[in-house]
Amino acid sequence: MAEKKDTQVKKVAIICAKAAIEDVYATLVMANGAVMEGMEAKVFFTFFGLDAITKKQMMKLHTSTVGNPGMRMPGGLPFPTLLGALPGVEAGVSAMMKNTMEKLDIPPVDEFLDMITAGGGEIYACKLAMDMFKLEKEDLSDHVIDVITIGDFYAMAGGEGSQVIFT
Amino acid sequence: MAQKTIAGVNLEVTDEGYIVDSSQWTEEIAKEIAKEEGIELNDKHFEVIKFIRDNVDAGLTIRKIGKSGIVDIKGFYDLFPGGPLKVSTKIAGIKKPASCI
Repeated sequence: MAEKKDTQVKKVAIICAKAAIEDVYATLVMANGAVMEGMEAKVFFTFFGLDAITKKQMMKLHTSTVGNPGMRMPGGLPFPTLLGALPGVEAGVSAMMKNTMEKLDIPPVDEFLDMITAGGGEIYACKLAMDMFKLEKEDLSDHVIDVITIGDFYAMAGGEGSQVIFT
Repeated sequence: MAQKTIAGVNLEVTDEGYIVDSSQWTEEIAKEIAKEEGIELNDKHFEVIKFIRDNVDAGLTIRKIGKSGIVDIKGFYDLFPGGPLKVSTKIAGIKKPASCI
């Protein structure tokens, strides 16, 4: 049998462009998972993903109850899109999701960023999106190292065993 | 599974080097495994290791260790470089935790 020659992943560069709970948490879990395995992790938040590192928004993330085919009632019954459009439903569902995550020891966003950076992970914000949303560095979490361009981000994403991931 | 002699004791270990029977673990074995990982164990290490062994059934996460009151998360990474949860559990003689957090 031919010997398998896998190259180990040593570094992940993760780009998060969306603000829904599931998109942001996918990013945070992957970044944290990397540092806890002894790998390097660099995360670039852009477009709506900036919500995850904006002080005012980071603790108020929602999951979409409209146009989300994976959304089901507790117990597995279908979740009609029209129901999801009612006022308060999205907030309720989002609160429920956060509650469930806390029970699994999944931390809230600010604490998750603490964990990632404590492990040596690096957090960056996209300059273009910051300009678009008229955000300043002061609006962002203190964990954000710098506001950079995508070119700057690619420049630090290289090296053997490195992967770029888009969530 | 494989057999391995650590600190003079013949132990069954997994392919990744985790001791199968955690009751066979001793501090001497911990020191020997730590040495292989490039770590010289001090009192702080042993405090964390004790916490890990005491909480193995509760499900171990980095977050939980950060809240142990013994060490913060940054300190945990400093004590066990290169993947603190997998390295510390190997030294603590318990099975590798299936944790994503």
